[in-house]
Amino acid sequence: MTPAAGSASLEQQIAHWRQYLGNRPAMQAPDVAELEDHLRDQVKLLAAAGLDEDEAFFIAVRRMGNLDALSREFAREHPERLWKQLTAPAGDGDAAAPAARAELGIVIALAILAALAIKIPALFGLQMNGPGGAFYARNAGLFVLPLLAAYLAWKRRAGVAAWTWLGTAFAAAAFCANLHSFGPHSDLQPLTALHLPIALWFAVGVAYVGGGWFAAAGRRMDFVRFSGELFIYYVLIALGGGLLTALTLMMFRAIGVDAEWFAQGWLVPCGAMSAVIVGSWLVEAKQSVIENMAPVLTRLFTPLLVLVLLAFLATMAWTGHPVDVQREVLIAFDVLLALVAGLVLYAASARDPLAAPGFFDGMQLLLVACALLVDALALAAIARRISAFGFSANRVAALAENLILLVNLAGVAWYYTAFLRRRGAFAMLEQWQVAYLPVYPAWAAFVVVAFPLIFGL
Amino acid sequence: MELGKDLVAASATPLVLAILAERESYGYAILKRVAALSGGHLQWTDGMLYPVLHRLERQGCVAAKWGVSDSGRRRKYYRITAAGRAQLAAQKEQWRVVDDALRGIWVKRRTT
Repeated sequence: MTPAAGSASLEQQIAHWRQYLGNRPAMQAPDVAELEDHLRDQVKLLAAAGLDEDEAFFIAVRRMGNLDALSREFAREHPERLWKQLTAPAGDGDAAAPAARAELGIVIALAILAALAIKIPALFGLQMNGPGGAFYARNAGLFVLPLLAAYLAWKRRAGVAAWTWLGTAFAAAAFCANLHSFGPHSDLQPLTALHLPIALWFAVGVAYVGGGWFAAAGRRMDFVRFSGELFIYYVLIALGGGLLTALTLMMFRAIGVDAEWFAQGWLVPCGAMSAVIVGSWLVEAKQSVIENMAPVLTRLFTPLLVLVLLAFLATMAWTGHPVDVQREVLIAFDVLLALVAGLVLYAASARDPLAAPGFFDGMQLLLVACALLVDALALAAIARRISAFGFSANRVAALAENLILLVNLAGVAWYYTAFLRRRGAFAMLEQWQVAYLPVYPAWAAFVVVAFPLIFGL
Repeated sequence: MELGKDLVAASATPLVLAILAERESYGYAILKRVAALSGGHLQWTDGMLYPVLHRLERQGCVAAKWGVSDSGRRRKYYRITAAGRAQLAAQKEQWRVVDDALRGIWVKRRTT
């Protein structure tokens, strides 16, 4: 063996060993570097004593000791490392550190921009709690989502085409949202406020996959995961923000100063906007570090929701009370279906597509079946009285959304049944769900663009 | 002769501190020094030195910094701190008590 070839194989062995060590959570890069320095000294000494490199490496590794015992010792000394940290690793000499710092800088800048953006209309005399409130509601998504899309597009190194598309989409959204001046009691105002963020969230999704939603098959489910995690982070940040707000008010009240104008006018709205950016950054930073939370919650709530639905159906059968078709009933059933669709979607996002059908899959199918049955009862009741209602913008929107969700869940039930009977792969169910996703923003965009034209102002 | 595990563990702290009290050093050199001082009887599992060093660092007995070795590799150097010297003095005192007690009984028995 030539010395050069020997060195190459030694380097390879050391690289292997380093990787093996680095996989242990209690040992971090600096520890591995320190141990490697030791190992190399030992190898050098043994080689100088006449051993060939393989033997020297073998003995040096043996002397280092049992790696399980060693990582236990490290874990005892650094127990905090077993709790995975969210913040970017300090890692001196870490090659990724400058990039991580650059990203942090951009995130902070965008978070500040988002906080300022929500205050820009106030410069023009539009106050949030006044006649300007409708303006804020209509444009809610437009303050922060373009910035979030910019962050994601930057991070994914999106091309010019993607940037152009995103710019056009947000500009068109801003145009449509403010094209009409709705009357104070118009149904269309809240409809626009409700649907525009859904349509815009799709644009965020395009930025997330780096442009080209339909080309990026593998990344689409990642966007679903991202959305769920962001929601959870947002709720957590909001809890902390609420606490901070309460504390601020209390402390200033103690010295006789009323800080409510600050909390209402600045702290809450600016914080709510910045939290979207910061939450997204946290999700991006930790996606490979910590177990995703949304699927865990899914597992927790699926059986509970099944129980609720079964109890509802049983009670309805027992008492014979029909579904009371009130104005809000459709909305309530829309929310129920959306919740079920979300639960099934997140369960699918965390499931190993190759695993065999299990108990939880049966539970999912039961959930979907119950939801479809409950919704069918509600729709039947509505259909009987549809003539009495007439078609208002609100009812058309709610009814159409119910149908869209119904089709989605019927497809899920179909593919789940096929999967449980081992006539189809789980991947087909996943494909159906992901393929169906753009229907929601498409409908939302339709509501925003076409409803004012159809139903007038 | 092989030393018991507990004794090896108990002697690790004073040994490391005493070696670092001489001069700044790094893991591998500390181990070599321990082996030389004990005539090769005190054999640590190499890796186990590092958790000990990290514990002493956390307790503030030693301070660490990254430097460069003669061969150009990154190397972590340790030096003793004032708190470490105080700890070393305390350890010295404790070991002297143990040593005195053992000597007292063993030397007496040998002479009677």
